[in-house]
Amino acid sequence: MDNFSIIGKPTAMVDAAEKTTGAGKYTDDLSVPGMLVGKILHSPYPHARIKRIDTRRAEQLEGVVAVVTGKDAPNPYGILPVGHDEHALALDKVRYVGDNVACVVAVSEAIAEKALELINVDYEVLPAYFDPEESMKAQTDLIHDNKPGNLEKDYHHVFGDPEKGFAEADQVAEARFIANEVTHAAMEPHSTLASFELDPHTGNLGRLTVWSSTQVPYYLQHKLSLVLEMPMAQIRVIKPLVGGGFGGKSEVIPLEITAAVAARKAKAPVKITYTREEVFWAHRGRPRTIIDLKTGVTNDGRITAVSARVVQDGGAYCSYGVVTILYSGALLGALYDIPNIQYDGYRVLTNKPACGAMRGHGTVNVRFAFESQLDELAAKLGMDPAEIRRRNLLQPPCITVNGLRVQSYGLPECIEKTVERSGWKARRGKLPKGRGLGIACSHYVSGAANSIIRSDMPHSTVNIKIDRDGGVVVYTGASEIGQGSDTMTAQVAAETLGCSLSRVRVIAADTDLTPIDIGSYSSRVTFMAGNATLRAAGEVKKLIAAAAAKKMGCTVEDLIFRNDEVLKKVHVGTAAPGRPAEQSSASVSGRVEGQILRGSLQQKRKEEGPKDRMTFEEAVVAAIDFHGALTGTGSYAPPQEARGGKHKGAGVGPSPAYSYSAQVAEVSVDEETGEVTVHKVWAAHDCGRALNPVAVEGQIIGSVWMGMGQALSEEMVWKDGMLMNPGLLEYRSPSAVESPAVEPIIVESVDPEGPFGAKECSEGSLAATIPAIANAIYDAVGVRLHESPFTPERVLAALRAKKNAKALNLTEGVDPTSPARFREHGGSLWFKGKGPERHALDPSRREVAARGAD
Amino acid sequence: MKKELIELRVNGRAHEVAVEPSALLLEVLRQELGLTGSKRGCDDSSCGACTVLVDGVAMMSCTLLAASCEGQEITTVEGVSEHGSLAAIQKAYGDWGGAQCGYCTPGFIMTVKSLLAENPDPSEADVRAALSSNLCRCTGYNQMYEAIREAIAAEREGSTTQPEASASRT
Repeated sequence: MDNFSIIGKPTAMVDAAEKTTGAGKYTDDLSVPGMLVGKILHSPYPHARIKRIDTRRAEQLEGVVAVVTGKDAPNPYGILPVGHDEHALALDKVRYVGDNVACVVAVSEAIAEKALELINVDYEVLPAYFDPEESMKAQTDLIHDNKPGNLEKDYHHVFGDPEKGFAEADQVAEARFIANEVTHAAMEPHSTLASFELDPHTGNLGRLTVWSSTQVPYYLQHKLSLVLEMPMAQIRVIKPLVGGGFGGKSEVIPLEITAAVAARKAKAPVKITYTREEVFWAHRGRPRTIIDLKTGVTNDGRITAVSARVVQDGGAYCSYGVVTILYSGALLGALYDIPNIQYDGYRVLTNKPACGAMRGHGTVNVRFAFESQLDELAAKLGMDPAEIRRRNLLQPPCITVNGLRVQSYGLPECIEKTVERSGWKARRGKLPKGRGLGIACSHYVSGAANSIIRSDMPHSTVNIKIDRDGGVVVYTGASEIGQGSDTMTAQVAAETLGCSLSRVRVIAADTDLTPIDIGSYSSRVTFMAGNATLRAAGEVKKLIAAAAAKKMGCTVEDLIFRNDEVLKKVHVGTAAPGRPAEQSSASVSGRVEGQILRGSLQQKRKEEGPKDRMTFEEAVVAAIDFHGALTGTGSYAPPQEARGGKHKGAGVGPSPAYSYSAQVAEVSVDEETGEVTVHKVWAAHDCGRALNPVAVEGQIIGSVWMGMGQALSEEMVWKDGMLMNPGLLEYRSPSAVESPAVEPIIVESVDPEGPFGAKECSEGSLAATIPAIANAIYDAVGVRLHESPFTPERVLAALRAKKNAKALNLTEGVDPTSPARFREHGGSLWFKGKGPERHALDPSRREVAARGAD
Repeated sequence: MKKELIELRVNGRAHEVAVEPSALLLEVLRQELGLTGSKRGCDDSSCGACTVLVDGVAMMSCTLLAASCEGQEITTVEGVSEHGSLAAIQKAYGDWGGAQCGYCTPGFIMTVKSLLAENPDPSEADVRAALSSNLCRCTGYNQMYEAIREAIAAEREGSTTQPEASASRT
């Protein structure tokens, strides 16, 4: 029986009060004396050469302090070492509508905005590419000169013998799936404040401090150092509260570099905060993905082979693209037992904002295709969709055909629990017409086993310091972005040390104070920073135990740390009269008495001879007297066995542990309008161990909800490289009225390497929601949807096709620039390729015409 | 544009501020008065992160002229904690996971306050309808309903319930 006092108990976030009272500070809430405001000029063209930038008129405007262009920061950077293809401000070319051209620094936002209009940029407009399959055919006017065919990267993997596998199959399904582009739309727009100090020795600009809304302070420090040509030690990155990331802040966003460059040029602190529209342009979301998928199964439901050709519309820069396209293939493995896999992945450049990492990085769209096709195959075989999944389970511990090590595997239990809770057996296929149930599964990494910066450094390091006051301070580079990172750290430290949570203070994500942690992405924090915390606390505990054992006249093995006390084992469960062991957890045991500080109380106690228990403070004081300083450090690097195979691209996909999810969605479909309503989702998630159940449930619900958004309404709609819906309402982030009840079901498989057995819980559930809804739509009305989101138009089109009725083209002959008949949503505005000519009244066209006339 | 002197009553205190006639209430609260609890999330009243109460009515301060609020009682999230302790709704949001990243939370707290002032016993549909004026990208709203239910119960009974341990919930 596991007996924890802090782990596994629902715990309010350590920063909850800051958030509910408004006292907590996010980057845009900060200001420093003399701070100026930066505003960025964006490109109006999807692809153009910059011939000249004239900033003179802007510079002359009263209140403008500096105008920054690409020449002020010419060094390229990018989040991946193989993808240094970005400049904070364009040097010679712009590659998407919204690309960054110049930055005005002024005393107020209004003046900066006015100055932007005074900057003259001469562009030479180039042909642009908007569709990945078209873009791959390009011969001239490449988006990046060193990427022929606008191909960022392609991978071709064969594991096992797919040909033989398909030959052995009794049923083969083959189809094209398309998942349209979605974005994070975190509630907090990106914001960065940069400030230089003067160096007392040289008298010139010296150290730089940057406060930024980032998931990766350490990577930001690294990229700033590259671009500014300053040593990393001269740059301090501080992450204040972050208002959500979902991957959108997991790389360096142009404004973060621009703010620092601007502060250097303006010789004053500069803050830049994106508007919501700019956040949409900054993007780095989930790419539009075209998946040609083929799956073979035998009559008894065993998968024999899978072949996938995946094309991702990556946008204008590499970003995380190489990793994204690898994840799409690698995580075909490790969910089910698939003996033969063929994977061809293409990451293609187009003239749209760069796509990057988004919750469920790289795996989500392929999972939608795979789970939909598996459902189709189950239908062909006349098999229960839950059963076909059970027949393809892995037998862990094992290494998959593509080199992924699986140890803990809660998928069978996840399937059982969702099937049971949703009444699957009794209700599926028996609901009224238009209502249905669908099932799907998914999984995700608990941190990538290989860091994007190839080195042997630990992925997380944590320091702990305890002073004579008995206060525990944990220093971690892990980045709290709302997922509960700080709370997890405090819980793990308190549980290990046997002290109450209120003793623990977490200092996080400040590169001057905290040791390196590579950041909050790939769901790595609980597993990796948690393990580092466990080790650091374990170190300190050893020191305390040695001193306490000496005082108590016993061995360290006889000691138990619990509820702010250090006791001999015999005393567990036999609490001293009038002082039950549980009681002390509520109060921080004992004020720090003056006597303790002076050591006289101990002297007195010493005279009384060995004792059976000590308070936490007494033990800490004893340890400091005994050892000197009381500090500990711990770090975590994934074990070699978990780092994957040897093939090209094998570095992406391996993880020390995988989370698992199974979901059942209940939907109804209005056959007249094509509208889909999700009534409820039952989501079982194997998180290893739930360190904080409230937070785990919150993460599961949030993932399912975000998956539902992608399934039903969220879509970035483009025309000529122009984003048609850069607002939260137009993008259609679901509101409370559109959001279903989600029943989270926690499954604990207790991973052998996770901290207290914990694994990932914040991303893995997302991918299953989209196919669960698609499969439920099939159960409800008998149509298979191959393109997400499943908007009323797409559902209606599928329903009409099934009835052999003429397809309704709701936007036939509609001019997208005419607001009277303009439908912003529904996907019909996805014009293949370049799309129609711009309308005569389109402002950008008028501008071109006017310039031509000059 | 020339600035004008206006008097704003915020959280029970009067402030004299010089603002341009075009200044938005959100800007004045955040930049002039240093009340950064109200957030800027969208600039076009789609997200509700800037929600404040104006004479008890939930309003989005990002599309409200500061000068138009003269003589009215403005309550921001900073004015919600009572007597130096968390209000029931704030405590419940923390305990039940109603806030994750917390950026939308001040707006939601104000919306819920205004809802409960009008309707102390709202149905789930009432709650959903009221909350639909605010967007959240983290929580999927579910845990907010639990928090609101608990806050209502706490106000009524003067006690709060903590979430149960996971063992009994699964």
